[in-house]
Amino acid sequence: MKAWLLLAVIIGSTVTADLLQSHEMKRHGEIHDFRPSGLRLVLATLARNKNLILSVACMAASFFSFMALLQVADLSFAVPASAGSFVIETVLARVILKEHVDSRRWIGAALVAGGVWLLAL
Amino acid sequence: MNPRLRWKTRAFAAIVVISNAFGNLFLAWGMRHGAGEITESPLSFIRAIFTPWVSLGIVLLISWMLSKMFLLSWADLSYVLPVTAFGYVLNALLGRLFLSEDVTPARWAGTLLIMAGVVLVGMGNPHSEQQAGGPPV
Repeated sequence: MKAWLLLAVIIGSTVTADLLQSHEMKRHGEIHDFRPSGLRLVLATLARNKNLILSVACMAASFFSFMALLQVADLSFAVPASAGSFVIETVLARVILKEHVDSRRWIGAALVAGGVWLLAL
Repeated sequence: MNPRLRWKTRAFAAIVVISNAFGNLFLAWGMRHGAGEITESPLSFIRAIFTPWVSLGIVLLISWMLSKMFLLSWADLSYVLPVTAFGYVLNALLGRLFLSEDVTPARWAGTLLIMAGVVLVGMGNPHSEQQAGGPPV
């Protein structure tokens, strides 16, 4: 029961974090400059973005729940089981982020979801 | 897709996958070897964070988070998710190699399915035009 509760927290917070990050990073635009000075500038800009800060808080919640889950479940269960977020995120990328999810991506998503389910067996 | 963007996307996808898989491995190893029992108290979490293997795992997971954010600055979430799903395969292999966890025939079949999904999506374009009515970008 504790493992499933932790799993629900992990999935909910991961989905929220990824949607916020994807939205905010697209607003920021493609990162081109990977020199130390350029990276410092990018990180300074990102660190002031409230939605990204919220996304990191969600990831922290997911991370601590994952640490607790690893104490009661195998890594080879914990990782694929928490991948339930993967299916939800693909649907929400289409619905909320309005991404064009073509047939290649839907089939790929279905294959990966099926594979993750088999990994969890 | 232009070659520069293709290689940049592949390089960052590889960094995302490797940093996540090894971050999880070191975290799992650290939680079982020397981190002590995690209780309701936040102090038990803080104590665990400062043990060597857990610290190394956290550093790698921070690298994972930043590289994924960078990748999302030009690639769609619906592209990044399946392409970086190879990390699940790597996690299963590392669990088998270093943590003596079982990898059953079903898990090997799952590995093949994930690989097929990764290759299929990876051959496509990482960025698509947004549909009308989407959030401002």
